[in-house]
Amino acid sequence: MLILTCPCCGVTAEETEFHPGGEAHLTRYGPGSSDDEFHGYLFEKVNPKGVHFERWRHANGCGKWFHAARCTVTLEVFGTYSAQTTEPPQHIKDKISAKRPGWSWREFA
Amino acid sequence: MKRYSAFAVAREALRNHMGWERAWASPEPKKKYDVIIIGAGGHGLATAYYLGRNFGITNVAVLEKGWLGGGNTGRNTTIIRSNYLQDPSAAIYEKSRSLYETLSQDLNYNIMYSPRGVMMLAQTQHEVRGYERTAHANALQGVATEFISPSRVKELVPIINIDGPRYPVLGALWQARAGTARHDAVAWGYARACSAMGMDIIQKCEVTGITREAGRVTGVTTNRGDIACDKLGIVVAGHSGHLADMAGFRLPIESVALQALVSEPIKPCMDVVVMANTVHGYMSQSDKGEMVIGGGADGYNNYTQRGSFHHIEETVRALVETFPMIARLKMLRQWGGIVDMTGDRSPILSRTPLENCFINCGWGTGGFKAIPGSGWGFAELMAKGHSPLCDAFSLNRFREGRFIDESVAAGVAH
Repeated sequence: MLILTCPCCGVTAEETEFHPGGEAHLTRYGPGSSDDEFHGYLFEKVNPKGVHFERWRHANGCGKWFHAARCTVTLEVFGTYSAQTTEPPQHIKDKISAKRPGWSWREFA
Repeated sequence: MKRYSAFAVAREALRNHMGWERAWASPEPKKKYDVIIIGAGGHGLATAYYLGRNFGITNVAVLEKGWLGGGNTGRNTTIIRSNYLQDPSAAIYEKSRSLYETLSQDLNYNIMYSPRGVMMLAQTQHEVRGYERTAHANALQGVATEFISPSRVKELVPIINIDGPRYPVLGALWQARAGTARHDAVAWGYARACSAMGMDIIQKCEVTGITREAGRVTGVTTNRGDIACDKLGIVVAGHSGHLADMAGFRLPIESVALQALVSEPIKPCMDVVVMANTVHGYMSQSDKGEMVIGGGADGYNNYTQRGSFHHIEETVRALVETFPMIARLKMLRQWGGIVDMTGDRSPILSRTPLENCFINCGWGTGGFKAIPGSGWGFAELMAKGHSPLCDAFSLNRFREGRFIDESVAAGVAH
């Protein structure tokens, strides 16, 4: 069972207090984008075996969305951070690099 | 290969069972095969079997990183049914169900197919309307299902509580010829038949890379050496994304954990399969007397074959409400598998961006029932380049907006 800390209200709780929201840091292509861009945004998931960045909502708490960095193989949570960003903060990346040298996720590493 | 028969059992009984052969061989990999299938689960082995049986292609290797049938084939709740809403789904699942009926005879291996009937409970007005629609669709598709009344439900399943406080049973979608089979035996039976045709089933052989040249696959690298091939089939369920990554393309798939559990064995009390999709739990009784229980999948990407406690709690809570007598049962075992979910909850049986590479994945939470049909269609796709069973399930359907939307039809993953 995952233990997550909501960066919005600071509460630490187990996963039933939260709701998973899928892959984070999507570029949301809209009208005017190419078919490839739109297809990639809608369907082509990273689905990594290892480090993953994803969205969560503190559904039974403050109700706000945030991001989490997690390992899909061990379920280790590397950290949570605000959703108001387009890429994971440096301290999260450093923490992952210390535990999973050589990791990469889409264009981030 | 010696045939299994009542005569063989009698013969071996007289000589201390010394004459049984190994069911399948464990050869060293050759340098090259016509076809390599990655994944020796039910779908991979069925594909190999029908490649040999229907198309005479027997220079085939089936590579497996663990042991044969040790993934989702050995981790499901063994339910077989074909009461789907959309035409392409009904076609492939009904083909599969009909192949299951005679599979023991075809393979000369008892897969213990038990056409005991599958019932999907309607516990809200929406479900009543949905299942009535599915029953009509099934009638047009030639799949024998009917919508039955609560009193008929009670007659078929005396242990059910049809006046539940939250979700009374308002009827059910009933498929009398659906049922269950012995999951391991399906993998073992196909493996034995493949081995008898001269195919190589290579266990503990993990594919670590896919070698490509000018848009074609030339072979695979494994922990047991490089193996060349003319055609490659990827049939690895939860790890499809990982293998697609090696082959250089992405899939519209996310991998999540799905779990199931069994109770202690009890006397026979329920001889059909009951699925309750509103409360999200399903249950059947195994031949050993255990109640086999399944529920929902985890909500987040996951490669741990474990599952989580709160999902067990949700599933069991739902089932106790519908079957009050199971409240005092002890649960014996729990396990999880990694399922590959597509956006429309329908599988992918398709060509890939690589010319001679094919992929069979996306069966999500309901792959066991589809094993023979999936193998039949995918073998045809690999041998001939197209298959009427598979054409609708191509990767292009996401780009072209041709979803086979079973997630809307069922309201849940299934």
